[in-house]
Amino acid sequence: MPVTDPLNNVHETVSAVYLSDSRRVLATLIRLLGDFDAAEEALHEAFRAALEQWPREGVPKSPRAWLVSTGRFKAIDAMRRRARFGALEEAGDADIAVIDTAAWADEESVEDDRLRLIFTCCHPALAPDAQIALTLREVCGLTTEEIARAFLTPAPTLAQRIVRAKGKIRDARIPYEVPARSDLPERLDAVLRVIYLVFNEGYAASSGATLTRHDVSAEAIRLGRLLVDLLPEPEAKGLLALMLLHDSRRAARTSASGELILLEEQDRALWNRDQIGEGIRLVEQALSSRRFGLYTIQAAIAAVHAEAPSADATDWAEIVGLYDALLGFDASPVIELNRAVALAMRDGPAAGLAIIDRILARGDLADYRLAHAARAELCRRLGRTADARGSFERALALTRQEPERRFLERRIAGLGG
Amino acid sequence: MGTSMKYLCLVYMEPQKLHAVPDSECAACGAGMRSRGVLIAAEALQPVDTATTVRVRNGRVSVTDGPFAETKEQLAGFYLIEAKDLNEAIQTAAKIPPAREGSVEVRPVRELNP
Repeated sequence: MPVTDPLNNVHETVSAVYLSDSRRVLATLIRLLGDFDAAEEALHEAFRAALEQWPREGVPKSPRAWLVSTGRFKAIDAMRRRARFGALEEAGDADIAVIDTAAWADEESVEDDRLRLIFTCCHPALAPDAQIALTLREVCGLTTEEIARAFLTPAPTLAQRIVRAKGKIRDARIPYEVPARSDLPERLDAVLRVIYLVFNEGYAASSGATLTRHDVSAEAIRLGRLLVDLLPEPEAKGLLALMLLHDSRRAARTSASGELILLEEQDRALWNRDQIGEGIRLVEQALSSRRFGLYTIQAAIAAVHAEAPSADATDWAEIVGLYDALLGFDASPVIELNRAVALAMRDGPAAGLAIIDRILARGDLADYRLAHAARAELCRRLGRTADARGSFERALALTRQEPERRFLERRIAGLGG
Repeated sequence: MGTSMKYLCLVYMEPQKLHAVPDSECAACGAGMRSRGVLIAAEALQPVDTATTVRVRNGRVSVTDGPFAETKEQLAGFYLIEAKDLNEAIQTAAKIPPAREGSVEVRPVRELNP
């Protein structure tokens, strides 16, 4: 026992344990106490006790087990105290008995606790924005203020969302469990959707508080990694790959002055090769499982781009084929549009334009700015300047993001008189 | 946490679809739930134009025709069930035949604190 640790060192240890293990401890305490708020209180009590006792008694051999057991003990103590003051009725004692006999230390159920927490925060009976807020708060440990800043939402609104979600988990009794095999695909989809929404929130916006938004994408990648560790399902790997491959282009996506740069004009030397390598490995694993879905195919498309030395040297035939596969899963007009753009690279702008015009003629995507921007780009390549200008202007009227607006204005100016 | 909870499953349907699910199917569903021991009570309701709304304001009873709010889907019946948690309640609710045509709202019952 390193009883002689200087006080400072012990404080550093407690901080380090908080960073690495507080979410695991919380996940187990929620199971033991059956209540999010009681578990959060117990977590704080446990860390407070660690700050008091570890300098005197030394850091325990398994800090995590110590924290769980201390937190549980403090919570039971608090329940007993409240019961004595009459705030709790007979039910209180029954609850305490259940906790007392819980076999909490079983390593397997402790590992499952983190999955239980993720699946509970992403339960489809909770509103989608509440799923996101709760996941970032409970699983990632972000503060309400940090989440509010990242999602450009007032902090009180966000706090209210979290309170309401926890209330529903308690009152409607959403169970704290990993879904049964038969429900897993659907429930996993819900978790993946939350992670991807968090990622896009950070990735899509590039104005204003850019730094905070980047942190949100990093948090989504961390979350995706955690999920793959706990539940190595092909689509979880596919989503992690997709996020890594998109994120690998971050440094190349905007110029020093914050202007948007299109994929084909990006300086590929700026792409993050480590992220690309990891992303490609994950895509290959997911594809070989033959149980993959939308995220894996999108990641495979991103991987083809990542492997190409330039836009012209990209395997566009492969990309068109992957979009065909994607349409087989989800026949959405946005995917059709992306396929048309890839087809234009393979077969020339006229072929792509014909498809985009067909999509627009159907009335689909009439208000989708990227459809008009893509049409404008193909018209420009065909020398149809007036058509290009009209479509760029339509896209400009529909866009709400500042960097995108400046990008389109530059495109229009570039068409010349 | 070992105890079971009560959930009220409120069945909502558009009026013109009220007879889209045969009575025999609903009766069979109720009988099945009862034999599995999950059903406390279930009834179908007359259409909403037979409804009367009662309020008491300042000690006076006011009676008006119709439901409180006009919505596209209207309350068509209910099942009061027992389940160990929301997931189990959702599983039971998903087997209620009108769930295919309309929707089923699953509400946990709040025990009164007298």
